[in-house]
Amino acid sequence: MSLQEISFYIVAACIAVCSILAVTSGKILRAVTNLLFVLFGTAMFYILLGYTFLGAVQLIVYAGGIVILYVFSILLTRSDKDMKYRQRRAKWLSILLASAVGAALVLFLILTNDFAGSLIPQGFEYPVHEIGKSLIGTDKYQFVLPFEITGVLLLACMIGAILIARKEK
Amino acid sequence: MELEVHVIHYLIVSTIMMFCGIYGFFTRKNLLALLISVELMLNAANINFSVCNRYLFPDALEGHFFSLFGIAIAAAETAVAIAIIINVYRNVKQVLTDDITDLKG
Repeated sequence: MSLQEISFYIVAACIAVCSILAVTSGKILRAVTNLLFVLFGTAMFYILLGYTFLGAVQLIVYAGGIVILYVFSILLTRSDKDMKYRQRRAKWLSILLASAVGAALVLFLILTNDFAGSLIPQGFEYPVHEIGKSLIGTDKYQFVLPFEITGVLLLACMIGAILIARKEK
Repeated sequence: MELEVHVIHYLIVSTIMMFCGIYGFFTRKNLLALLISVELMLNAANINFSVCNRYLFPDALEGHFFSLFGIAIAAAETAVAIAIIINVYRNVKQVLTDDITDLKG
């Protein structure tokens, strides 16, 4: 086993266990901590794939921004006392059954499909200046329009969030 | 750098993440816990985009950019959703899915 395989399997086990804990744990702060580990694991996946820029963005945006936002809003809304309400048992069982059947179906499709076979390309790390040029270029396979639209969307949602969350006088 | 892990292993991990998110989305009653499940699902989709790009079309970058924009839009969505949740808390003093029935006809 190479170092890459070992680190992949450690990260994969961490993601699987933490994502199960994130949806089953009874305390919401623990759920958020488990979500944080899942997000770290996702960033590790991107880095293992060679997309180091994407991994850095994942770390900055999710671990640095979104999880902090979650923690603050949990403390602000005193969410921990709301975690004791649960679904009825029959409904919970049917949900568990439906998700298990869905997961089994998708896993069956993935495992029986021989797409990519053993096609494992020789990879290399994408340089950041190429990513930057693709983000602001206007040619084919370059993405200036979605980039600008994302900027407008972020501005709109910032204004919207301030308007919604503002205290009314 | 050579890729030594088979593509199926990445897809299995993202499937587990996706269905954990779906399970949590239907079982949780707290709105913030619901949002955590949505994040899990979005992350699973992002992993799939970049893994498929990397293994099946290693010369292109479309999946990479799709994940990048997906992360940005997930951040926007979370900010607006948390603003709404804080507003709900201000009005009804708790953040449960059962409380938000005022818009029902």
